Amino acid sequence: MILDYFKLGFKNIRTRRLRSWLTMLGIFIGIAAVVALISLGQGLQMAVTQQFQQLGKDKIFIQPGAVTMGAPGTSSGVSTLTDHDVKIIEGIRGVERVGGAIFKIGQVEYRGEIKYGYITGFSFETQDLIDEAQSYKIVSGRNLKKDDKYKVVIGYGLASGDIFQKSIKIGDKIQIGKNGQEFVVVGTLDKIGNPYDDGAVIIPLESAQEALNTTDYDMITIQVKEGEDVNKVAEEIKTRLRKDRGEKEGEEDFRVQTSEQLAETFNSIFAIVQAVFIGIAAISLVVGGVGIMNTMYTAVLERTREIGIMKAVGARNSDILTLFLIESGTLGLIGGVIGIILGVLLGMGASFFAGQALGTNLLKAYFPAYLIVGALLFSFAVGCASGVLPAIQASKLKPVDALRYE
Amino acid sequence: MTQILHLNNVCKTYFLGEEKVSAVRNANIRINKGDFIAIMGPSGSGKSTLMNLVGVLDIPTEGEIFLEQHNIAKLSESDLAQIRGRKIGFIFQQFNLIRTLTAKENVMLPMMFQNIPSEEREKRALMLLEQIGLKDRSNHRPGELSGGQQQRVAIARALANNPDMILADEPTGNLDSKTGHEIILLLKNLNKKGKTIIMVTHDINVAKEAKKIIHIVDGEIK
Ligand SMILES: Nc1ncnc2c1ncn2[C@@H]1O[C@H](COP(=O)(O)OP(=O)(O)OP(=O)(O)O)[C@@H](O)[C@H]1O
Ligand SMILES: [Mg+2]
Repeated sequence: MILDYFKLGFKNIRTRRLRSWLTMLGIFIGIAAVVALISLGQGLQMAVTQQFQQLGKDKIFIQPGAVTMGAPGTSSGVSTLTDHDVKIIEGIRGVERVGGAIFKIGQVEYRGEIKYGYITGFSFETQDLIDEAQSYKIVSGRNLKKDDKYKVVIGYGLASGDIFQKSIKIGDKIQIGKNGQEFVVVGTLDKIGNPYDDGAVIIPLESAQEALNTTDYDMITIQVKEGEDVNKVAEEIKTRLRKDRGEKEGEEDFRVQTSEQLAETFNSIFAIVQAVFIGIAAISLVVGGVGIMNTMYTAVLERTREIGIMKAVGARNSDILTLFLIESGTLGLIGGVIGIILGVLLGMGASFFAGQALGTNLLKAYFPAYLIVGALLFSFAVGCASGVLPAIQASKLKPVDALRYE
Repeated sequence: MTQILHLNNVCKTYFLGEEKVSAVRNANIRINKGDFIAIMGPSGSGKSTLMNLVGVLDIPTEGEIFLEQHNIAKLSESDLAQIRGRKIGFIFQQFNLIRTLTAKENVMLPMMFQNIPSEEREKRALMLLEQIGLKDRSNHRPGELSGGQQQRVAIARALANNPDMILADEPTGNLDSKTGHEIILLLKNLNKKGKTIIMVTHDINVAKEAKKIIHIVDGEIK
């Protein structure tokens, strides 16, 4: 019975082909946008979550700069992290190991050609943490060793000749920093797929401080002892650094975050961005719904006589109601199917583009079953909801009046 | 004889603003099973209005209509729809087939609203189309059929649920006399097989084919 209604509805949609296409336009643009955005969002979130998992829950990161913008005059001006801070943290109970790190975009010179690379200087104590978190893998040569000086491990892009005209081999010399400090290449990394990691220039911390002429750290990384409460240790670090700096609570000029807090921060920002995008897509769906409603009202007028005929041959009000609801639902559903196909293509296209042009493999579209099924049901529901009022109007027509119409 | 329809003092009045139009006044009609009645009268005399009342497409302003033993005033909208679907077959002057459906689908439509399974509907529709000699046109749409053919499809549709009563409002009104005559022969044939037929017509020659003629003037039955 319901199947017959679907057939009738589909027939009517097909009869008025152009109008049906135009009507569905709003729905499929909306659904395509929703599917593409959610699939990309899901993929991104999965990739990032995975990275946080690799990082482990026992890490604490300290970065310079206040959490929030303080009131004017309260900021303590230059905020730095130095070896002094590392010494303080080393003395705190529960800290397994501490290391400073430097991240700078800096000049890299090879055979007279000057480019910029992402220079990372690590203290040897914490180097493995970063390698793990970034999933760095040495493909040729070796990793940095303790007491290495002026040795460098470079990313795939630098080594392969993607960035420089000539490829760089193990044992080659490159100059890093404005002063042209010479470094010997000891290892190259496997391809990661994004410009930051493939343009990485990894050198020992002390050499980095020298080459870049700085004593400040951009980050201090801490691993907490097994069995210790990471949050308690983080609190303790915060208190001690604050005391050392003579700052009041809430006015710190540094940020202490555990790996879990980092993940949470990311997730909450991400949720907001996602919600905004989906909100915009939802507007398109509402517009699409209004389009369906308009088409269905027109259909009720055009088919008034037909409604009269159906009532004369035994259609109840509820039959007419169902018939029109299913027709508008089918409009939504077909729009949804097309929208899903478009959305999937869009999502895959965006991941491909992100991979090619931006060089990141974080943006991988992911299409869970609930997204596809949900989008289908939702588009059918939007169609039905938009058809409710016209369908009620159709079902309430009096048979005689409907038959006389025209 | 079994009485299947009884109109008791039925009136139908239309109110157009101030004006009152009495389309049907105090109609008392009894119709028995197997009757073949022609209703005649000038244009605007209330024939169609009367037919609509008999076919429970419309409800009277006054009086009572009994269909078999049911007082139709006491029935719900959906009961009336069921009665129309099962017990009454309509034939209209304008054929009133659904344009987007083929001949076969048009004949199947009344059965759909009675929840008859689709294979059975199809079988019966083809059988009915065969009886009226249009089996080879079963996949044609109304626009691809002549007026006479369309009216025959409409008759097949009216017979779909094997109703007791056929109501035909000027079934030959849009047809030439030869084609019209064929339609009347079909109706006569149905009447012979036991169907009760009520037919509105302007044409006295057509009316003569019926067993009984009712005249209506200004809404009153003479
Ligand atoms: N819906 C309506 N609203 C107002 N007046 C109506 C309505 N339907 C019919 N009438 C009036 O009722 C009267 C009877 O109309 P009806 O259609 O029954 O006539 P008829 O005998 O079938 O005429 P014809 O032979 O031209 O078909 C007419 O005066 C008509 O104007
Ligand atoms: Mg009439």
